Amino acid sequence: MDMPVPDAGILLRKARIVARLAAVLPADAVVSDAHELRAYECDALSAYRCPPMVVVLPRDTAEVSAVLRICHDEGVPVVPRGAGTSLAGGALPTADCVVLGVARMTAVLEVSYADRFIRVQAGRTNLAVSGAVEEAGFFYAPDPSSQLACAIAGNVAMNSGGAHCLKYGVTTNNLLGVTLVLMDGSVVEIGGPWMDAAGLDLLGLVCGSEGQLGVVTEAVLRILPKPEGALPVLIGFNSSEVAGACVSDIIKAGLLPVAIEFMDGPCIAACEAFARAGYPDCEALLIVEVEGSGDEIRHQLGLITDIARRHDPVALREAADADQAKRIWLGRKSAFGAMGQINDYMCLDGTIPVTALPMVLRRIGELSRDYGLDVANVFHAGDGNMHPLILYNANIPGEQEKCEALGADILRLCVEAGGCLTGEHGVGIEKRDLMTVQYGPADLEAQLRVKDVFDPRWLLNPAKVFPLQVTAGRRLG
Amino acid sequence: MRPESEAELSGIIRGAEAPLVVQGGGTRGVARAGAVLETGGLAGVRLYEPGALTLVAGAGTPVAGIEALLAAEGQRLAFEVPDLRGLLGREGASTLGGVVAENASGPRRVAVGACRDFCLGVRFVDGRGEIIRNGGRVMKNVTGYDLVKLLAGSRGRLGVLTEVALKVLPQPETEATLVLRGLGDAQAVAAMSAALGSPYEVTGAAHLPGEGTFLRIEGFEGSVRYRAGQLAGVLAGFGVVEQGVGPWQAVRDVAMLAGRAGDLWRLSLRPSQAADVVARIGAEAVVYDWGGGLVWALMAPGVDLRARAGAFAGHATCLRGAFAGAAPEPAEVAALAQGLQQQFDPRGVFA
Repeated sequence: MDMPVPDAGILLRKARIVARLAAVLPADAVVSDAHELRAYECDALSAYRCPPMVVVLPRDTAEVSAVLRICHDEGVPVVPRGAGTSLAGGALPTADCVVLGVARMTAVLEVSYADRFIRVQAGRTNLAVSGAVEEAGFFYAPDPSSQLACAIAGNVAMNSGGAHCLKYGVTTNNLLGVTLVLMDGSVVEIGGPWMDAAGLDLLGLVCGSEGQLGVVTEAVLRILPKPEGALPVLIGFNSSEVAGACVSDIIKAGLLPVAIEFMDGPCIAACEAFARAGYPDCEALLIVEVEGSGDEIRHQLGLITDIARRHDPVALREAADADQAKRIWLGRKSAFGAMGQINDYMCLDGTIPVTALPMVLRRIGELSRDYGLDVANVFHAGDGNMHPLILYNANIPGEQEKCEALGADILRLCVEAGGCLTGEHGVGIEKRDLMTVQYGPADLEAQLRVKDVFDPRWLLNPAKVFPLQVTAGRRLG
Repeated sequence: MRPESEAELSGIIRGAEAPLVVQGGGTRGVARAGAVLETGGLAGVRLYEPGALTLVAGAGTPVAGIEALLAAEGQRLAFEVPDLRGLLGREGASTLGGVVAENASGPRRVAVGACRDFCLGVRFVDGRGEIIRNGGRVMKNVTGYDLVKLLAGSRGRLGVLTEVALKVLPQPETEATLVLRGLGDAQAVAAMSAALGSPYEVTGAAHLPGEGTFLRIEGFEGSVRYRAGQLAGVLAGFGVVEQGVGPWQAVRDVAMLAGRAGDLWRLSLRPSQAADVVARIGAEAVVYDWGGGLVWALMAPGVDLRARAGAFAGHATCLRGAFAGAAPEPAEVAALAQGLQQQFDPRGVFA
């Protein structure tokens, strides 16, 4: 993986830089010991590792501001880090950078049920945000599968989604405000507990900017009343085309399920071998979940099963209670673990128009045969987000490269089909070089011009998102 | 000037010697002086897939046409496009580009999100004449920066929208409205908060002082009946709860303030502060929407609403009157906005 050459001048000044940082932070907030730095050398894209020059762990906005002011003055690149759960290498350091970790900033600052928002320090985990309002009958809707571990800061940086997004949206649809510290240390309050921007929507711009526009230290998040209940129905089909048509009919019937999950044959087989959830042996599986009161759930599931029957399913199981619901979800929720038991795997997250699913699956099957690597597919059928899981053996020389090449071809296919490179995980380093597949030079230049405004010296997470040759002039200038 | 293509539009912008005023239907926003650039030539629905909840159309496409097309398939623009012609004294046919440029959103915004939350992708020509696209036509898209959100609500200052991809939603089977009468403003906001904090999916929460406090529920018939009953229970502590016809179109279009003299203001604020702010400003008339998160105020001419309101969580914009223009923002925010303005429109074509 191509990364910028560490700046020798910065490395020579390491002792001074560390001393300046130590002067504005408590002793235990500066990590410069070689062994301890290894803990920050990668995120969840663990194939790529590089220990940073130093790590700082500030406790509040003022400390973050002080750190960035020093780094700006010294010309040192900064890589912000939430919980380090990024699957795209968003928090991958360079040897000359300062990793600024917000994991110690976890406090709840304000909760209002009347106004339906919570204000938190951005290092708080996603699940702990819902946890703070759970007893009052509320929750924070965007729920990535890593929510036990991932930080709000990372959620904002990547505009994270989750299983509930068809109904509740993603982070940007649930974010009301941020405290943003710019690379020069200035603190900007954007938005707040009101519903729209006075001028330009800077909040929408910051969300999904992958730690390149500023460091988010606090966030104001929308909280919602918890639904009365939810139950799923499992539907098995003999072809993905039919499964896709069924999804389309469900949507056209005016239903808005809270989740529509699709799994293909290879995925079903692997999950069944692993979790023994009793899944049918078939080509395609849908799990559709609806919310509401008991009666509302039964009514919606009734409509869904009527629609499903018109498509000749090979299996149709409606959950009657929480236990049956758990059994239906068991296989799907262990999908990644099931894959991991068979093989090393690479998880992509290209998005496609939902109507393109059968064609894309066919083409993925062809690519899989061409490359000689198996691919199992999980798909959020409501919003088009695919998770092709490419199985490979990291111990075989060259296999990882082959896997990445197949992954790149699959993402190109997603763009060709009218979709995009990434629906949830972000670009990070993983998809930098594919940005030119989705966007032309003017499209990319417009985005670079935005970063020019927020971080004119290009010190914040500079090696991410855009191909290195496209940003070289700005990074080295 | 009425370009029929992005290339033509780009040429006009590159050659502009004086500020241009972008005009869709001319039905929204603060009027500006300048040579008019019409967007009507950039119209047409390019794609509509009901089963994927996706529509793509040229920015010059009349909204009425889009709404009719969607209605025929039992779908709609869920963020509820306001018709402000009566309120602002305008004529013309609203276009998709204008709606997006103003982030125009009605009562249902409180539940489902604003126009910007339904925009999946945009194509636009910036002040340099560059043709730019961002986003796409899929709901989940985190590929690079989100300029879709930046352009939504940018009021034509960063570029001319040429095409927008939208997420649409199903039209519900039926709806019901619960009404409370005689509540003071603070009590009304509290009642709306209680309703919006319940699990019964309220999709409209408005208070018209002197008329009533209104809560809307939409969905399948059985579901609406059930939820209306449950919600009435939640609201019982505030007074007598009736079921009635909802004034939602009037609230959407702020009809109560149309055709009346005075300065027109729009406040976006923290709902629990709304009643106190209204008490301080001494308006001729107000309308509360979004559960108290949106307040329209008619003021005597020349009154500085912001001076009377003092500090509050939110912002106030004058749409008509002595203080008409953009709301002031904190210095750091204004600096960033200015920087972005400079990047997208260095020659001040859209000034």
